[in-house]
Amino acid sequence: MATIAPQKIATVFRRPEATTGFWSWITTVDHKKIAVMYGYTAFGFFIVGGIEALLLRIQLAGPDGTFLTAAQYNGLFTTHAVTMIFLFVMPMASAFFNYLLPLMLGARDVAFPRMNAVSYWIFLFGGIFIYSSLFFATNPAPLGGNLPGGALDASPLGSIPNGGWFLYAPNSGTQFSPGTSIDYAALGLQILGIASLISAVNFIVTIFNMRTKGMRLLRMPVFVWMTLIVAFLLLFSLPIIAIALFMLTADRQFGSVFFVASSGGDPILWQNLFWLFGHPEVYILILPAMGMVSEVLPVFSRKPLFGYPAIVFAGGAIAFLGFGVWAHHMFSSDIPTVAQAAFGLSTMTIAIPTGIKIFNWIATIWGGRIRLKTPMLFSLGFVALFVIGGLSGVTHAIVPSDWQQTDTYYIVAHFHYVLFGGAVFGLFSGLYYWFPKLTGRMYNERLGQVHFGLMFLGTNLTFGPMHWLGLQGMVRRTWVYSADTGLGPWNMVVSIGAFIIALSIFVFMVNWTWSKRKGEIAPNDPWDARTLEWTIPSPTPEYNFGVEPTVTALDDFWHQKYDEDDEGRAVRRPEADELVDRLIEANGNPTTEIHLPAPSYFPIIAGFGMMLLAYGIIYHTRPWGIPLIVVGILMLISSLLGWGGEPLEEVHEEHLDGQGDSDHDPGSLDPNQESTPRELAGVED
Amino acid sequence: MSDIVHDDLTESADDHDSHGHHESTGVDNRKLGMWFFLSSEFLFFGTLITNYLLFKGRDFGPGSIYPVEFYDIPFTSISSFVLLMSSLTMVLAHAALVRGDQNQTRTWLAATGMLGLVFVSGQFFEFTEFVNEGLKLTTNPAASAFFLLTGFHGIHVVVGVVLLLSLWGKSVRQPGGLSPEQGLSVELVGLYWHFVDIIWIVIFVVVYLIQ
Amino acid sequence: MSGRQSKRVWRRYALLGLTSLLLAACSEQTLPLNSLDPKGPIAERIDGLFWPVFWIAVIVFFLVQGALLAAILIFRDRNVEGQKEPKQIHGNAVLEVVWTAIPTLILAGIAVPTISAVFDLADCPTGAFEVDIVGHQWWFEYSYPDYDITTANVLVIPTETEVCANMTSDDVLHNFWIPNLNGKRYLVPGSNTELRLNADEPGEYWGQCAEFCGLSHAKMRARVIALDQSDFDLWVEEQQEVPEPPAEGTPEWEGLQVFQQAGCTGCHVLAGVNEPSRQDVTVVAPNLTHFASRSVFAGATLPSGFDPTQEEREAALASWLADPPSIKPGSFMPDLGLTADQIDALIAYLESLE
Ligand code: HEA
Ligand code: HEA
Ligand code: HEC
Ligand code: CUA
Ligand SMILES: [Cu+2]
Repeated sequence: MATIAPQKIATVFRRPEATTGFWSWITTVDHKKIAVMYGYTAFGFFIVGGIEALLLRIQLAGPDGTFLTAAQYNGLFTTHAVTMIFLFVMPMASAFFNYLLPLMLGARDVAFPRMNAVSYWIFLFGGIFIYSSLFFATNPAPLGGNLPGGALDASPLGSIPNGGWFLYAPNSGTQFSPGTSIDYAALGLQILGIASLISAVNFIVTIFNMRTKGMRLLRMPVFVWMTLIVAFLLLFSLPIIAIALFMLTADRQFGSVFFVASSGGDPILWQNLFWLFGHPEVYILILPAMGMVSEVLPVFSRKPLFGYPAIVFAGGAIAFLGFGVWAHHMFSSDIPTVAQAAFGLSTMTIAIPTGIKIFNWIATIWGGRIRLKTPMLFSLGFVALFVIGGLSGVTHAIVPSDWQQTDTYYIVAHFHYVLFGGAVFGLFSGLYYWFPKLTGRMYNERLGQVHFGLMFLGTNLTFGPMHWLGLQGMVRRTWVYSADTGLGPWNMVVSIGAFIIALSIFVFMVNWTWSKRKGEIAPNDPWDARTLEWTIPSPTPEYNFGVEPTVTALDDFWHQKYDEDDEGRAVRRPEADELVDRLIEANGNPTTEIHLPAPSYFPIIAGFGMMLLAYGIIYHTRPWGIPLIVVGILMLISSLLGWGGEPLEEVHEEHLDGQGDSDHDPGSLDPNQESTPRELAGVED
Repeated sequence: MSDIVHDDLTESADDHDSHGHHESTGVDNRKLGMWFFLSSEFLFFGTLITNYLLFKGRDFGPGSIYPVEFYDIPFTSISSFVLLMSSLTMVLAHAALVRGDQNQTRTWLAATGMLGLVFVSGQFFEFTEFVNEGLKLTTNPAASAFFLLTGFHGIHVVVGVVLLLSLWGKSVRQPGGLSPEQGLSVELVGLYWHFVDIIWIVIFVVVYLIQ
Repeated sequence: MSGRQSKRVWRRYALLGLTSLLLAACSEQTLPLNSLDPKGPIAERIDGLFWPVFWIAVIVFFLVQGALLAAILIFRDRNVEGQKEPKQIHGNAVLEVVWTAIPTLILAGIAVPTISAVFDLADCPTGAFEVDIVGHQWWFEYSYPDYDITTANVLVIPTETEVCANMTSDDVLHNFWIPNLNGKRYLVPGSNTELRLNADEPGEYWGQCAEFCGLSHAKMRARVIALDQSDFDLWVEEQQEVPEPPAEGTPEWEGLQVFQQAGCTGCHVLAGVNEPSRQDVTVVAPNLTHFASRSVFAGATLPSGFDPTQEEREAALASWLADPPSIKPGSFMPDLGLTADQIDALIAYLESLE
């Protein structure tokens, strides 16, 4: 190994030492702790975004609603979308990536543990930054316009960003949105983008470099593959939105005129840039869920995934094609006819690889022995609901039809089916599936099924009628509709559905909090699973694998437990139970010294500095604006350099040599002997 | 960086692997990470350049002025040359490090940083000239795009200079010069520096020379 | 009632409820913004494209969901001792080809009519009847270059005529949509877009700005009135007349005084009162020359309902004049602090502008 001479470098702070409690979380670089923080933060934002949706639905329950003002409504649908997409689905997926990548690859951590922490803190402060607009931002009427009662600024809740989640220019310019609320959105998204970019690099390197022995690319679980694809999508789409947001910020803060039509600017350029990012983004949202479903379906059908290479390849194809369809969001915009036709065609082609996935999933469960446990229910729900959203997506690709549909609730129905029925169902499937891994306990199955039932019902009640509403002419982003449009009754149904979803989420929260503490202790291999994360104790020990695993096949763990008979049916090996126990035992009691990366303060400092910098940019004309920028940059630089120079020696001081020293039998394992799990368990090939 | 720990793990594992093949790529994590980061940066500048090309010839009404009219090609050629030279010194710094010549490493690192600074100053001078002559960020979208593109490139150079100087500082302060671990940092900063340089060449050709 | 039976009854009710909702949905074909109710050749072409695709989607839907349900029902774990473990099948190349090829063929089949419709519907045919549409926050301005008419909120077109709308925007993006007549099209500041409209029958067609355009986007609606050619010609004649000034002392005359003194002319153009010529119109506010001839105003949101009475119309106008921003937040027409008397006078005047 490359030994490093201990360096004496003056650091500003005392080296963090806590391993439990508050400070351990602040300074942690453990991918599992970071995953947990990601998960809870994201879920918190989900509740926020959900409550925003409920407010929208209260307003729309009947015609001419008066529950919200226009400014409040416009703000709420904007933050609802930003929250759900950037602060819930993406970071929740990131939580899973963080937790599972190393476990599925047989690694002890991600490639860059500290960058991982940086990414989390930047994300958190980005979210806080966006929501701080609630207190600090201003939202006056467009220049020359008047607010009700002669007010100068929108009502308190109306100060959140309000340009719609894609912030179309020129409405997002200073002339039409003179306050600071749009700046909060633009810079907030910028910050979140940086966080995602960092994780993307981290995950790619982790997947390429941190695989355990024998873990060839085509032996990686599909979830890992989807992570890799998502990371590449991020890597190539984020720079585009970064530029777009910089241009918007420059227009708003420094007087450039990219999107100012009266100065020759080009509002349609914004649309092109946004959707060039935005469409890959929707696959960034769905592919992680597709990965999870691809893990859950085989396990609960007790069959291997049907067409593994096809599913992997289809994922790649979706991502690749996803960069060539962006203008389908602009069919009624100012684009040439030829482009409309071309983008209509390219959009249709995406249905092909997606179909491949759907059909392979169905073939996976076909002929299986399907156990309808909660994770499975959610995965099946995913397939059922995603298909609905996908099919309505294809009807948008019929360009002239889309001229009728675009900007109506028909679109809103489409994307909630794929996002909520798709991505969110997938995420819940994952949350239940890996709950025992995370907590060492089982969730309550009955409550889980109630959650699924309510959520499935609620989803269809909420988003199903939206198709109809859209075709009947209900336009999106309208804070009121008049009674004479006749849209009232179905809107009521939609609003009731939303509250049923809320109830289901409440059931989930009860289940989670209760089971985490009081649930039954989970068995070692509760689902009779196929992937490496189930060969180690639950909850996962800090060092993941006591013994570095070696894999010899896809679904190696399963093949250690099962043989096939002449008919090709799975037959559990007689020694399988013992094998699992021994694996868990061995992995829980490492004998070699395991070096863990040292905790650090710098990630949180970097995140905080980023936020200060953003405030500084918004308020750069105030006396304290420039100082804020300077402080922010200094914090960024110092954490960058400080962390580059942070000493590594405590790696040697703080090493772990097995948690349960007392019940650890040193004789059972020879630290110097590299053993495969099979050998460990005494399985002969 | 802490990530060395993993190399430790994988390497030691490799030692015991009689078949001698480990699936992971064999490229250092940080180097691999830098490559992927730069691939993202490529799109970043690609978007900026495209953006400028989209706007550069548009008609902004009577009396509109364009960045092209303000270029001082000889001046920019010189500063481009300076930046190009800094790539050379960067290569020299790395070569010196490989030879184990800490003194030379130190010198060439400093030289690279200084050349970078010269370039940025030239850039700054060019900007002020333009602004004085009436081409501002606010003039029209072509001007906006020009300043955004060259400005972001400038920021990248500044970041590179900060990294170079911090490495230089370490090599001065540490009695033994740069450690092997920091040697990798030199290589990484070098990668970044060359990237920034290449991007400038593209900008110089596409934005300044081809009109 | 046994538990099983009650479950069945419950199901029947659920089914009943669902079908009645669906029936209600289908019978509501008369909704004013219904995009599935084409009233002209263009909208019909789109409709004719939508339904086949819709039915294909329905078939795919039933196949996929059917397969999913069947798999769940047939292969679910019955939890019986000795149930055999499944065969471990990893894939099947033939199947992969089949389920790649079939969707490809279906999509290719859909693509052909789509592309031909895109090109057929794209450009305005030459010699079409031209109108100009300019989007403003939050109302549409219409003008007829051939007739020197400028109006707002209500677009009057002749039936069975290819109407070509040349559109642009004065501020942000808007999106002009008359579901019965065609799909929608953006209005883009700084550039021009075209939208074709063609109505078979005389009638009133509702519309709505579909792109989020700021605070009062919801209240940016539109109305198209299609008239027979002869009626249309009459309408043109009326619109081209400059209204007679009201006789002194009448309530209308009072209104005119208020109109001139309260600052209305600073924004609104009214032929005969201030600059009438189209070229000089400062388009910050709707042209009010023939205000009373327009069935709706304030972004086609007032008065609401299908057949408002004159009283309802006047009440709506009164509320508008009293406090525009409370009706349209962000409105560019301020609350001018008019007294009730002034409002009454203005109503009398404006309502005389046939
Ligand atoms: C998870 C996110 C997600 C996903 C996966 C998708 C998937 C798809 N989307 Fe969607 N989309 C969004 C999120 C998503 N979308 C969002 C958020 C918006 C709106 C943004 C906004 O305006 O705010 C949007 C908007 C949007 C539009 C623009 C509408 C408009 O504004 O006018 C279009 C147009 O073509 C479109 C198309 C598609 C298509 C063709 C797919 C395809 O990938 C779907 C493919 C899947 C299937 C087709 C089903 C399974 C396949 C089979 C069973 C095979 C057999 C099928 C056939 C032969 C047809 N989407
Ligand atoms: C992943 C993305 C995602 C998710 C999950 C959702 C979820 C939901 N969305 Fe959203 N939505 C978008 C993405 C998403 N949406 C986007 C991109 C837009 C477009 C915005 C734009 O136009 O710019 C949009 C717009 C949008 C609109 C249209 C607004 C408009 O155009 O005017 C509506 C209206 O009904 C809506 C509703 C809902 C509802 C009811 C849910 C529900 O599924 C939410 C369910 C969740 C909850 C209800 C959580 C509640 C839990 C509790 C309340 C527990 C209580 C406990 C405590 C308080 C402790 N959404
Ligand atoms: C500062 C500019 C301004 C002034 C002053 C102003 N208006 Fe307006 N007015 C507008 C604008 C802008 C609209 C369109 C508002 C909308 O529909 O969103 C409008 C709309 C109207 C309408 C509805 C027209 C239609 O067809 O939709 C009437 C009637 C009207 N104004 C009357 C008046 C009267 C009477 C006065 C004076 C007492 C007045 N306005 C003063 C700007 C102004
Ligand atoms: Cu105009 Cu919405
Ligand atoms: Cu898309």
